[in-house]
Amino acid sequence: MTAGLTIDRVVQRFGDAVVLPGIDLEIAAGEFVVLLGPSGCGKTTLLNLIAGFAEPTSGRILIGGRDMAGIGPKDRPTTTVFQDYALFPHMTLADNVAFGLRMRGVGRSARRERAEAMLDLVGLSGRGAARPHELSGGQRQRVALARALAVEPEVLLLDEPLGALDLKLRRAMQDELKSIQAKVGTTFVHVTHDQEEAMAIADRIVVMNEGRIEDQGPPRQVYLNPRTLFTAGFMGEINRIPLADGRSPLGPLVPGSGTLCLRPEAIGTEGPIALGQARVLEAAFFGTHVRAHVAPVAAPELRLVVHLPQKALPAPGEVLTLFARDPVVLP
Amino acid sequence: MRPLAWAYLAAAYAFIFLPVVVLVAFSFQDGRLPVPPLRGVTLDWYAKVLSDRAVVAALWNSLAVAAVSSLVALVLGFLAAHAFARVRLPGSAALRTLIVAPMAVSSLIIGLGLLSVFNGLGIRPSLVTAGIGHVVINLPLCFAILYAAMGDHQRAAERAARDLGASEARVLWLVSAPMLAPALAAAFFLSLTFSWDEFIIAFLLTRFDVTLPVEIWSMLRSGLSPAINAVGALVFLISAGAVVLAELLLLRRRT
Repeated sequence: MTAGLTIDRVVQRFGDAVVLPGIDLEIAAGEFVVLLGPSGCGKTTLLNLIAGFAEPTSGRILIGGRDMAGIGPKDRPTTTVFQDYALFPHMTLADNVAFGLRMRGVGRSARRERAEAMLDLVGLSGRGAARPHELSGGQRQRVALARALAVEPEVLLLDEPLGALDLKLRRAMQDELKSIQAKVGTTFVHVTHDQEEAMAIADRIVVMNEGRIEDQGPPRQVYLNPRTLFTAGFMGEINRIPLADGRSPLGPLVPGSGTLCLRPEAIGTEGPIALGQARVLEAAFFGTHVRAHVAPVAAPELRLVVHLPQKALPAPGEVLTLFARDPVVLP
Repeated sequence: MRPLAWAYLAAAYAFIFLPVVVLVAFSFQDGRLPVPPLRGVTLDWYAKVLSDRAVVAALWNSLAVAAVSSLVALVLGFLAAHAFARVRLPGSAALRTLIVAPMAVSSLIIGLGLLSVFNGLGIRPSLVTAGIGHVVINLPLCFAILYAAMGDHQRAAERAARDLGASEARVLWLVSAPMLAPALAAAFFLSLTFSWDEFIIAFLLTRFDVTLPVEIWSMLRSGLSPAINAVGALVFLISAGAVVLAELLLLRRRT
């Protein structure tokens, strides 16, 4: 079972604080959407509104075309994977996973069968009799995922589910989340502040800032063609070069006015846009690339961060001729 | 310092336990008076006490009042603690303080208050009214223990249960109560010992059927006797048993 989701002019206020000044968002059935933004941007608030843990001050939330106003979390076709797992410590893994089915009146043997199948899906076959405290963080999060998926929700909500895991495990779980979503076909709405995680798993990234949607689109589009400076900066490191009528401190580069944004990896020793000469201030080997801070000779007060190929580790003071590609000019 | 520290430890424990030890020792007195010297050891007084119908009836009364009133206090305290942990009311802190306030009021005042309330309502003193009095003193205790035991962990699990389709009653029964089992057991057994030992409220609010402390008091009016020591020893034995049981339950949960 899967359903689409409509957020229709949703406003959320807590006292005088306006957390969401008015959100419109359409999510298709079976889509993997990531709400991405810094803490306090309203992404978790929006997720809570979808789950029914809070009611919006105004506006509507529709799931599968059904208005969710006045419907509590217990009766919504959504389930949530929480950041702190929120497993039931006094129950076995199988009982944890089968809890939602028990609440829906599914018989004991059917429940057990389904719980086993769900534990299989998340790679915990045969661990049904274990208790949550016997598991590692990553395994607990898998159980939480199995528990939320066991009731076949129309929309699965994930509230920073990988936030408590270490980096390596987080990357591994991302791949797994993506493949599980493809397998079950449920609509996933995933909240995170980690832009790499967002790009790794999302069909569509919705970038939020101060309660508003800044930008949205497939990862490639949001990263390479951000609509705002905030998005450009939040999606990854960026060099900002002021631009007025096509003129910049480095000379004429591209037409337009505003801020020319260049990703560090889009600057190198070849490319369509000539940046001129730059002096290396410092450079360090980063594994996949060499990261260098440079000051353009034409504008020594400007600082650029560039990613150079692994084999070239320039010495400080060395002068390089730099080129750029993938320019984005933002107001 | 070492010997001095040990001496202090011994003195502290003696201070706490000497009265009990003396009480228990003289319950075995082979003589008419529970005063030194100890003339010999006999179980006669226990036999006498346990064949005394009034004492045995009072013992059962006490157990019944303690069990029922503790259970009621536990359920009410649990529901109140759960509500305060979940819902933020304006003035929550003040309301919480008000709930635990009876702990600071002497049981004489509570007993007198209840006595005049029951009189006004035309309700006669009985084991039931004494039980109600014990709920009044034990509810704040249960509330305080359970409220302190509820944490974010608990709240998160309850939220998850609701999200998975559990009604509020099932959240309480299947998630909150099992997660709080050690605290529930501790609160229950502590209430049980308080009710079991309680004299003033039981004295004011009972009449024909009385609890054991009230029975002991009426025995005392006819003078000291090793029989009273024997009853006291039995009271102590049961209290200590309940406390040990609570500790064991808590420890087993923790490991």
